[in-house]
Amino acid sequence: MSESDLKTTPLDSLHRALGARMVPFAGYAMPVQYPAGIMAEHLHCRAQAALFDVSHMGQASLIGAGAAAALERCVPGEMQALKPGRQRYTLLTTEQGTIIDDLMVANLGDRLFLVVNASRKHIDLPHIQAALPAGITLEAHPDRALLALQGPAAATVLARLSSEAAAMPFMGFAALTVGGVPCLVSRSGYTGEDGFEISVPADSAEAFAKSLLDQPEVMPAGLGARDSLRLEAGLCLYGNDIDETTNVVEAGLVWTIGKRRRTAWDFPGAGPIRDMLENGPARLRVGILPEGRAPARGGTDITDAEGAVIGTVTSGGFGPTLGAPCAMGYVPAGLAADGTAISLMVRGKPLPARTAPMPFVPHRYIR
Amino acid sequence: MTETRFTKDHEWVLLDGTTATVGITDHAQEALGDVVFVELPAPGRTVEAGEACAVVESVKAASDVYAPLAGTITEANAAVEADPALVNSAATGDGWFFRMTLADPAAFAALMDEAGYAAFLETL
Repeated sequence: MSESDLKTTPLDSLHRALGARMVPFAGYAMPVQYPAGIMAEHLHCRAQAALFDVSHMGQASLIGAGAAAALERCVPGEMQALKPGRQRYTLLTTEQGTIIDDLMVANLGDRLFLVVNASRKHIDLPHIQAALPAGITLEAHPDRALLALQGPAAATVLARLSSEAAAMPFMGFAALTVGGVPCLVSRSGYTGEDGFEISVPADSAEAFAKSLLDQPEVMPAGLGARDSLRLEAGLCLYGNDIDETTNVVEAGLVWTIGKRRRTAWDFPGAGPIRDMLENGPARLRVGILPEGRAPARGGTDITDAEGAVIGTVTSGGFGPTLGAPCAMGYVPAGLAADGTAISLMVRGKPLPARTAPMPFVPHRYIR
Repeated sequence: MTETRFTKDHEWVLLDGTTATVGITDHAQEALGDVVFVELPAPGRTVEAGEACAVVESVKAASDVYAPLAGTITEANAAVEADPALVNSAATGDGWFFRMTLADPAAFAALMDEAGYAAFLETL
């Protein structure tokens, strides 16, 4: 895809003015880093606050009486139990119990608000649409930007623009005016830190982003830092760690299945998932800590002591806060216990590593 | 008398007698971003010109570093293995990768000089 075929976000000219290095991602020109670099952006997010443009992600509203029940036709989460002002992480599942996408769903009172992955929105939205009964509509919001303000100083920064937003609980969701801009604010994120994801009208996005970047605690951060932060936080990246070949059970995402749903078994893939829960999965997603300093990237073969390939690294790199390489991947369930010795085939040589609990860096969400 | 020349793979080569010191250029370290790991060739290894013999990894990705000319590795820079950030802070100095004895010191002249490398960067 040539540069000119790429879509741009409403913050494109701001990224370029800030000196971002732009790369193609999911069909969009996105900032992978700014002049400070991935390491500095990552560490700044854990120390103070970082602002990410995630406008490439898909935003949509599900409107109509019974929207939550309708969405339950596509996801294993308890959407009907989601209270107004609350948000939840859930999955779109296949009939085989594998994962079409992971997404955030919020209850705005009169509608559900969905945020899906950029690379999957062209699949997700028609998929949900096809499952809807008459009277319920799915409305995409390509006219909205999405900003993530993440880090221990995020609430202090946002409080200067909206005390209400700064007082929200973790996984809270609200329509609020922030700095004069009508926003949809969620206290959540993808870094393991406290923070907010803020949906704003596209034509207000640049001024809004600048008002946050003007705060002394805030540094712009790109997709590079977003990836290293979420890896340290043990959070899945769709397309790497989960996809239509990974079952919800082996991905370690059984916690997203609602209690009532686990009684009714009425969601897509309920049969295969129930079967895997009863008989145990053949493989499991685990954290991996290489013993040396060499990072093992996604796609690296995992081998046992005899050199046989037993699994694959799905995400891996260097953890700037950890100060060491870290990874996640799939191994046979019998080798998934924390501390199991495995090897990673990096450039033809087996590197010693151990399975490890995640997150690699403790979450610091506000409770 | 020493002289520095450059490759299209963005390595610099400092020749002193028959010993060449090899590192990556400022342009290369800038493009890579924060370096977090280097893997260097063992002394005694013989390499062909253009052979991948070292690895440099940034937070984001791994890249090969190539032997600029044929020869035998004589020394790997332990300092850069211990502190890979030297590649960013001192790419053309303390951040060197390895030293080698050239099989054919005359081949050095075929590499780009500083002006040639600057002109090459303009074409990228």
